[in-house]
Amino acid sequence: MTPATPLLPPADWRDFLALTKPRVLSLVVFTGLCGMLAAPVAIHPVLGFTAILCIAMGAGAAGTLNQWYEADLDAMMKRTAGRPLPAGRMERQSALHFGVGLGAFSVILMGLALNLAAAAILLVSILFYVLIYTVWLKRRTPQNIVIGGAAGAFPPLIGWAAATGQVALLPLLMFMLVFLWTPPHFWALALFVKTDYANAGVPMLPVVAGEKVTRRQIGLYTIPMAFAAVLPWPLELTGAIYGLSSLALTGWFALLALKVAARTTGADDAMLPEKALFKYSILYLFVIFAALVVDRWMA
Amino acid sequence: MRQDDEDLVRARQKSRSIVMAVLLGLFVILVFAISLVKIQQGIDAR
Repeated sequence: MTPATPLLPPADWRDFLALTKPRVLSLVVFTGLCGMLAAPVAIHPVLGFTAILCIAMGAGAAGTLNQWYEADLDAMMKRTAGRPLPAGRMERQSALHFGVGLGAFSVILMGLALNLAAAAILLVSILFYVLIYTVWLKRRTPQNIVIGGAAGAFPPLIGWAAATGQVALLPLLMFMLVFLWTPPHFWALALFVKTDYANAGVPMLPVVAGEKVTRRQIGLYTIPMAFAAVLPWPLELTGAIYGLSSLALTGWFALLALKVAARTTGADDAMLPEKALFKYSILYLFVIFAALVVDRWMA
Repeated sequence: MRQDDEDLVRARQKSRSIVMAVLLGLFVILVFAISLVKIQQGIDAR
């Protein structure tokens, strides 16, 4: 006979909210909103709000299912040990039901209120994040965030599809920008929280291949990212406002990435350039997408 | 079950019920608004 596991009290609603990773949601919602606002078709505010709500709920569902699957990993890392599941504030089954329910609800609402193209891309993005990134890649390969980064790149595509019912070259370039931005962004973080990942056995690039290779990869991935960022201007998909902004913003990104790529560190290094690149990379994505919307509206 | 535990369970149930009721109310309003927009778009398309 196995000993009975103690029953947990019902989880607080704030713990359900925490499962959706609200801080990550802000970037997802913002890029989705920019994709929608950059589209050549004006969308009714009520439908636009619904589309953004669906994107947020879909991303929240993916984050929830990620935490449901990775509760054991989260418990081993200082950064994530306080989450509702590893901290023992919630039953695992409640998280699973919440994640599946929220994801299904977001896709169905998107399909009914907006269009099937947006609903289909939303569904693919949730499945990609949960099955391809979380279940398949994360624990197996240091390339986890390279391929898994595609999951976070879908929102501008979904926003555009919600407004127009189809996909075009500009949202595909926005997708490529976020996709190629993800490796330098996450590897900069992985360089200064390396021990956390190593303790949990996650094969992040600095853990598996070492700092030198990671730094080189940050530099290398910045090159195609810069092309994807600037390309809409010479292709005449945007005007000079976006073109000049993207040149300046990406130039600064490349400078910070180059600094990280060229560095060697000692034992007690404060990792200031890595932290600076990580912080700037978040600001970069916000500002470059905002510039895109301003440019499209001024045109 | 101790009195403290029971109070905690009741408090959690109450707060979750309130949040659920608010969300359902907002969802009803959203569906109503979407319906109005869709009907209007249907009329405009004729």
